[in-house]
Amino acid sequence: MKKFFKGLFATPPGRSHLIINPIRRWSPLFLLPMVLAFAIGFVWPFIHGIYLSFCKFKTTSDATFIGFGNYIKAFNDKGFLHAFWYTALFAIVSLILINVLAFLAAYLLTQNIKGTNIFRTVFFMPNLIGGIVLGYIWSMIFDGILTHFGTSILMDTNLGFWGLIILMLWQQIGYMMIIYIAGLQAVPEDILEAAKIDGATKKQTLFRVIIPNVMPSITICTFLSLTNGFKLFDQNLALTAGNPFVFQPDGSTVKTTEMLALNIYNTFYGDNANARGTAQAKAVLFFILVAVIGIIQLRATRNKEVQQ
Amino acid sequence: MSKKQKTLSAERRRKTILSIVLAVICIIWILPILAVVINSFKVNTFVKTDTFALPLGEMWASFGNFIKGFGLQSGESNFWMAAFYSLFITVVSTGLILLFTSMAAWYIARVNSKICKLVYFVCVFSMVVPFQMVMFTLSKTADTLKLNTPWTIPVIYLGFGAGLAVFMFTGFVKSIPLEIEEAAVIDGCNPVKIYFKVVLPMLKPTMISVGVLEIMWVWNDYLLPYLVLDRTKYSTIPMLVQYLKGSYGTVDLGATMALILLSIIPVIIFYLICQKHIIKGVAAGAVKG
Repeated sequence: MKKFFKGLFATPPGRSHLIINPIRRWSPLFLLPMVLAFAIGFVWPFIHGIYLSFCKFKTTSDATFIGFGNYIKAFNDKGFLHAFWYTALFAIVSLILINVLAFLAAYLLTQNIKGTNIFRTVFFMPNLIGGIVLGYIWSMIFDGILTHFGTSILMDTNLGFWGLIILMLWQQIGYMMIIYIAGLQAVPEDILEAAKIDGATKKQTLFRVIIPNVMPSITICTFLSLTNGFKLFDQNLALTAGNPFVFQPDGSTVKTTEMLALNIYNTFYGDNANARGTAQAKAVLFFILVAVIGIIQLRATRNKEVQQ
Repeated sequence: MSKKQKTLSAERRRKTILSIVLAVICIIWILPILAVVINSFKVNTFVKTDTFALPLGEMWASFGNFIKGFGLQSGESNFWMAAFYSLFITVVSTGLILLFTSMAAWYIARVNSKICKLVYFVCVFSMVVPFQMVMFTLSKTADTLKLNTPWTIPVIYLGFGAGLAVFMFTGFVKSIPLEIEEAAVIDGCNPVKIYFKVVLPMLKPTMISVGVLEIMWVWNDYLLPYLVLDRTKYSTIPMLVQYLKGSYGTVDLGATMALILLSIIPVIIFYLICQKHIIKGVAAGAVKG
């Protein structure tokens, strides 16, 4: 574990005194602009955010410290818990579908077939369109189909879930495919040749030779699609915005297709400004969740990588 | 026909079938964009009922949707102003990120002091922090420091986007042999000159990778500009689209589709021109991230 963290955060080597001393004199030019902006754009908001999660506040200036109250409220928030399970389910389903299909596409596109370049260009294209625009394109398409069945993507939780999955497949498959293609092309020719000479079937070659050798790509892609799934916001907002919602016995509502990021956003900027402390506590929990998943995922798949 | 020839022709037939299957999938893949195109020329009332019909006869709206779309506004911004702000923010932010993070990464990799290690650690750490964690405090900080205009928001992008860029540049700098820079020092070059004449040219491939990732991020970003910018005055394209579709009351679907079409055309042109760099950049970025 220790070694893993060391590897993850270690600065690269390359000290040379000949070069250190002159550069040091210029640190205000080289290091300062980035560090200043980083402090404004990340470090201070992050620390301030942690502090505010223990406070009651409407704006940043009227914060009073209240301890863990916000966290208790967050854990008792039905909408938040629902969003958690919904997001987890979405992330896992999209992770599996995206990676299987992207790997399949990459495998086919490295078989020397005609038109490979065009296929690659087309499959990757949706990735460049932003989440908001994507959401509205697909909401038009889904509603164009569903009006004929007298329903809408906004009216059915299941349709909302699978609609978002289809949207994400369309957007992400091309991206993951590119990474898999890079991985597949890096598999050494001589290993494949050796497998062929030894009489391995295509299936054996794929599962025993190719997949172990593209494990680094699989690590990256599963990691990316899992965190992408958990952090999803724009597409969720634009496609269903959490609709439909159901009323709880206590009069509150739970938006059934609302994911974690959107739930946090709605808690922050919804009608109830008193809930901002809770929203910030949810955001901290969300951050811990995303960070932990990222680290576990990296560890789990790194162990399976072929030593090179 | 010998056995070898037979397997060869079977192989060829298999590949042809694969080509055809993939071509069909390709056409399906483009359909959503075609749907945007046909609906941007369709009279509004038919967009929902006849989404997949060609805009013929009474459905044909000519360029009416586009003209209507140009009249729509979010705050003081219409489509052209939003496009200008989006372009300005993307270009300036990407430029700032490329310049300042590569300089910092060079400093970090070469000096490698305790402070450098700390900065690098925090940069890597920032990559796992979701935006929701900092969005409230970040938008307040931006307000306080008057960074809430399109002219100043690139500073925020430099700050929030620094992590990944520093990480990628530092990784690359360590692979550059020190001897070249040492030789330049001995020849009497100062660090500024070494950076611009020696290091920067060698960083070009990483610059392209990082640049592609940052352009894609900033151009499509919705939440950060929405929370940071003064919405009554400034809008970016994603903000405008969200405003038009997300606002209550009657939504002019035809006009919205026309604006969506106009907003994705530059992206697709950019992609087709720089395709090679984009695909390489994505692969490199992902492998390092």
